[in-house]
Amino acid sequence: MTSSENMAARQPRVGLFATCLVDLFRPSVGFASAKLLQDAGCEVHVPVAQTCCGQPAYNTGDRADTREIAEQVIEAFEGFDFVVAPSGSCASMLKKHYPGLFAGDAAWEERAERFSQKCHELISFLTDVMMVRDTGASLDAKITYHDSCSGLRELGIKEQPRKLLAKVSGLELQEMKDSDVCCGFGGTFCIKYSDISNAIVTKKVGNIDASGADMLLAGDVGCLMNMAGKLKRQGSSVEVRHIAEVLAGMTSQPPIAGSGK
Amino acid sequence: MELAAKHFKASAAKALVDVQLQKALGNVEKGFIGKRQKAADALPEFDALRDNARDIKNHVLAHLDLYLEEYERNVIASGGTVHWAETAEDARRIVLDICQKAGARTVTKGKSMITEEIALNDHLSANGIEPVETDLGEYIIQLRGEYPSHIIAPAVHLNKEQVEGDFRRVHTHLPEGRDLSEPVALLGEARDVLRQRYFAADVGITGANFLIAETGTSVIVTNEGNGDLTQTLGKVHVVVASIEKIVPTLEDTSQILRVLARSATGQDMSVYTTFSTGPKRTEDPDGPDQYHVVLLDNGRSAMLGTEYQDMLRCIRCGACMNHCPVYHAVGGHAYGSVYPGPMGAVLTPSLNGIEETGQLPNASTFCGRCEAVCPMRIPLPKMMRHWREREFERNLTPLTARYGLKFWAFFAKRPKLYRLAVSFGVPLLSLFGGSSRRFHSLPFARGWTRHRDLPAPEGRTFLQAWAQREALKQEPGQ
Amino acid sequence: MSSRETVLGKIRASIGVSGADEARKTTVAARLEQTPTGVIPARAQLPAAGQLELFCAMAVQFGATVTRVNDYQAVPAEVSTYLRARNLPSEIRMGADERLANASWSSEKNLEVRHGASDGGDLAGVSHAMAGIAETGTLALLSGPANPTTINFLPEHHIVVLKADDIKGDMESVWAMLRKDMGKGVMPRALNLITGPSRSGDIEQTIILGAHGPRALHIVIVD
Repeated sequence: MTSSENMAARQPRVGLFATCLVDLFRPSVGFASAKLLQDAGCEVHVPVAQTCCGQPAYNTGDRADTREIAEQVIEAFEGFDFVVAPSGSCASMLKKHYPGLFAGDAAWEERAERFSQKCHELISFLTDVMMVRDTGASLDAKITYHDSCSGLRELGIKEQPRKLLAKVSGLELQEMKDSDVCCGFGGTFCIKYSDISNAIVTKKVGNIDASGADMLLAGDVGCLMNMAGKLKRQGSSVEVRHIAEVLAGMTSQPPIAGSGK
Repeated sequence: MELAAKHFKASAAKALVDVQLQKALGNVEKGFIGKRQKAADALPEFDALRDNARDIKNHVLAHLDLYLEEYERNVIASGGTVHWAETAEDARRIVLDICQKAGARTVTKGKSMITEEIALNDHLSANGIEPVETDLGEYIIQLRGEYPSHIIAPAVHLNKEQVEGDFRRVHTHLPEGRDLSEPVALLGEARDVLRQRYFAADVGITGANFLIAETGTSVIVTNEGNGDLTQTLGKVHVVVASIEKIVPTLEDTSQILRVLARSATGQDMSVYTTFSTGPKRTEDPDGPDQYHVVLLDNGRSAMLGTEYQDMLRCIRCGACMNHCPVYHAVGGHAYGSVYPGPMGAVLTPSLNGIEETGQLPNASTFCGRCEAVCPMRIPLPKMMRHWREREFERNLTPLTARYGLKFWAFFAKRPKLYRLAVSFGVPLLSLFGGSSRRFHSLPFARGWTRHRDLPAPEGRTFLQAWAQREALKQEPGQ
Repeated sequence: MSSRETVLGKIRASIGVSGADEARKTTVAARLEQTPTGVIPARAQLPAAGQLELFCAMAVQFGATVTRVNDYQAVPAEVSTYLRARNLPSEIRMGADERLANASWSSEKNLEVRHGASDGGDLAGVSHAMAGIAETGTLALLSGPANPTTINFLPEHHIVVLKADDIKGDMESVWAMLRKDMGKGVMPRALNLITGPSRSGDIEQTIILGAHGPRALHIVIVD
């Protein structure tokens, strides 16, 4: 039986790759992702053998550790029909970068290639694979949306979040200037080059404030923590959330880095 | 001014608080990004041309030896001379020798990054020959004793008031009361001063955007016309170009020209695209008596066949730095290398070794905007990552980063241990987060909290909370 | 070993070839022989009238001025008019281009025509272009006694005469013309593609015309 016949017969089984930052800092995004996936007709599983996608090692040049972590992720997730992550950055790591880690090792390369076909970023998975047009959420808010770099440039995610947000009743999107420019997070970059990162995020929060929005959304918790941290340090009252929380109608948790100034 | 990539962090810190510089850097975003986008959008074939431009260069690199031989044959056939230089030192020696044989006292120069790479001006000066930069931006920074902060806009780090100050300091033969408050007046003054220099110069030195194998032609692409005056008015024209500038044919040149100016300045074509083939012909009323090409390797042949080969497709348009958030923040000089920005972060370690230049490929958020706009589709972030890998393999990665990473990786590779650690640590950290849900400062996260608050974890980890929810669902009677 | 052999040897070692490989040589020879054109923008693939119109529009967009005259006999008067309108002295520098030489310069009694290369003392120069490229409003000029290169760069005003028939869609058509006129692989000493007047954006990215070359480019199309 091919996998598509398989899927027609039953709900697609989705392995939710929560990402380390959601796991540690923002479980609500995990639950919101699970709800969105379930509402879209998926059976959601959260394997316990997940830690991180390996980007800290990968981007520090540590191929050996990256590969070990990648093997671990592939082993834990390859049995699912789909692997979905609420992060463009981590999804792109799984989808675009894992196969290259095994170059020269034919068996693993092929296995990683097959695995990468199943991997998706959450929002684009909902719109492009599960054909979700409306999540039925409502929220009275003026929001602005930041396009996180990996999702935008490696996975081509630009219109998908905006289409779903347009269907959220009561929600108004105020585009900021340069929504497609990096927020300065860059994983370990923001620690290694914290002064430069600060200059970049300062420009970003200036654009967020100037948009007139009272809430900032994006699809990556890393970028969101960076921007929320800067907004709060500057005394901004803009609230910061992952887009999944809004689309799932799960906004009872305080926003990232709290509310108020 | 010293070139020192190893001081990147300190230079960047200074650049970030340099008010003049920060004001000037605003011009990069204002001056380039929108214009490039507009030019690209106006040409439906732009992306197809980028693909073809990439393919042309890949083809050239795979046959570089043969195209160089063909190019050389055709230069000689048109009366020119080809000199091969393995190193920067060889190239400097060759150029100096040509200048000395021509009895040169001054040489004019068109804008050329390759002569920056080989530090030609210092070498000529040290040997009693005065080099005169004629591109407006290059002229300005030469007056200041600086090196370019951008590969196509060398003086982009300056404001007009600084240029006015330099002109008043140097052009002392002109009336003190003259009005230099606007760029147009500054340009007019430079034009007049440099006009005399072209005629006085014995040798004109330019770089090349392309070397055409089919015809033995060198091509320069400029907007000011200074490169043309430099190479037409001197008795001797010296072209200094690196080996990867080769393209097979006139048609191939046209393909790449269509993406070059659009990517660089947002023009459809630069004002002057000049194809030069050999010296003055017998019937010619103008042009140089001698035409020399110095073909420079300087480490490029060693990049072929490696993970850095794609970098040799670079056509020096500057789009990567024009779109780089790190470049926007610190400017070109902070990199401490001839080539700044993303292309410099890949090329500089190839030319100078990773030992002293390791900061450059690390100073990137991997936002990917450089690759997205590169007309030659060079995977710049990927190659920066390769440099980080070379560093890591050779234990050049800073120790704190290395130990920190190894500590983290120890847990990341052991899910059970990781779960145990975070299931204690995270709720504890959450507790300390208090009602504000953020930390203003945390002793072990100063790199973060120096500039921004750290959001507090919600409570338990997602996996803890999920497992508990699932367990409740499973319980009988639920 | 010479530097040449060293560099070529290093290249071959890196690529992993010997240099004597016939298949690679054949590939290179074929490309040089066939000169494949690649991607040609549809923009300028028009009938002649459309190309003329596009050329004019693009040239103006990039800062040139364009005028059209019926024949070469009308060129001298057009040049005089241009100079008068800009309060320029009635003097030009010009090469030995036959098409220009045959125009009736004597009818412009006050116009002084200096011949040969420019020495930097000319305010206005007149050249005849080999071709125009409609895609970008670009002029192609060839070096030589007919049209000395210095006239393209030294005068403040550059007046370029162009035959309407010589307006082509793209650069590739100009390469075809060149090969027909001069032979395959043969180039003039200098071929200048000129698109608008000289400019610089080097100070605060403010675009200013007239950097080192002409401040003004005036194109006279002869129908």
